[in-house]
Amino acid sequence: MSYAQLIGDWHALAVLFVAGVVPNQIWRMLGLWFGGGIDEGSELLVWVRAVATAILAGVIAQIVVEPPGALASVPDVLRYGSVGAGLVVFLLTRRSIFAGVVAGEVFMLAGKWWLG
Amino acid sequence: MALPPLNSPQWQSPWRAFAWGLRSITQTILTIVLFVTYLGIGALAHDTHFSLLWALCSTLFVWAGPAQIILITTLGSGATVIQSAIAVTVSAIRLFPMVVSVLPLMRTPTTKRRELVFAAHLTAVTLWVECHRFLPQVPRERRIAFVHGLGCGLVSVCLTANAVGYFLAANLTQTLGAAILLLTPLSFLFSTARNSREVADVVALALGILLYPLAAKMNSGLDILVSGLIAGTIAYGVHWWREVRA
Repeated sequence: MSYAQLIGDWHALAVLFVAGVVPNQIWRMLGLWFGGGIDEGSELLVWVRAVATAILAGVIAQIVVEPPGALASVPDVLRYGSVGAGLVVFLLTRRSIFAGVVAGEVFMLAGKWWLG
Repeated sequence: MALPPLNSPQWQSPWRAFAWGLRSITQTILTIVLFVTYLGIGALAHDTHFSLLWALCSTLFVWAGPAQIILITTLGSGATVIQSAIAVTVSAIRLFPMVVSVLPLMRTPTTKRRELVFAAHLTAVTLWVECHRFLPQVPRERRIAFVHGLGCGLVSVCLTANAVGYFLAANLTQTLGAAILLLTPLSFLFSTARNSREVADVVALALGILLYPLAAKMNSGLDILVSGLIAGTIAYGVHWWREVRA
């Protein structure tokens, strides 16, 4: 493994802080600063939590609908099928995360093998 | 492993509380889920030509799976720093309610805000879930130390996973590389679904997934924010409607 792969350049690390660390950390620090006055069971918090869950759901959908890197080599139908198969097994096994993930992976690998 | 009873002398030392937090990572399936997720992030960083140090720094200083994936994917596909920063900050909004809801569990009347900075940094979906599970079994004055231990343990697991994923990606075929990347949406979907106890959570999750492809068609650059706001507000409406009827 080369120096570039292990360490890289300082410019990429600067971009990490400007585009990644600061825009992410700002919400934690806002929560720390303004959170004290908010009642845990308040209606506002129920709404914010629902929006937060839906944003995370959007990220999950984005990775499957517009896949990055090597995942783009898997056909659309197979990606959606894998998530569907994983979800069915997850529900059948009384919400086992492990069983769901394994089922989704097996479906994708079997489909890839079958398609050649 | 069971935590000592609340009145046990074991809790007198903050360092012991830290150690109990550290050991608690062995008590949850989510540690394996995190390992698997960060294996995928390490592989993704390799495939998009980031260095291993970069990947490890992103885990240490960002410490939020979705934000890291978005950052790597957008920067890797040629987005500007500003575009990536907007996408990351939108995905990170959910950290705000998490921090707001988790810090009161650790606060005592004498707790200063600066004592909670590191706990706030460690707050992400896994820690949030585990705090709600473990903290009722921890005396209130030792909860910050316990959370520091739990968080440091989880970060260490993820740094290890990053390195393993990075090295694997350098040596795997395209199909196995795709399999590692698929781990991320699967593990996030099922861990979120598992944590959805109320109807509003389930509605937010399901609608958030279904509305994203529609929002993406608008091509506004704010797709996730748009679908998230709409799906989350509908889910809140369902919650409100049930409360009114009850």
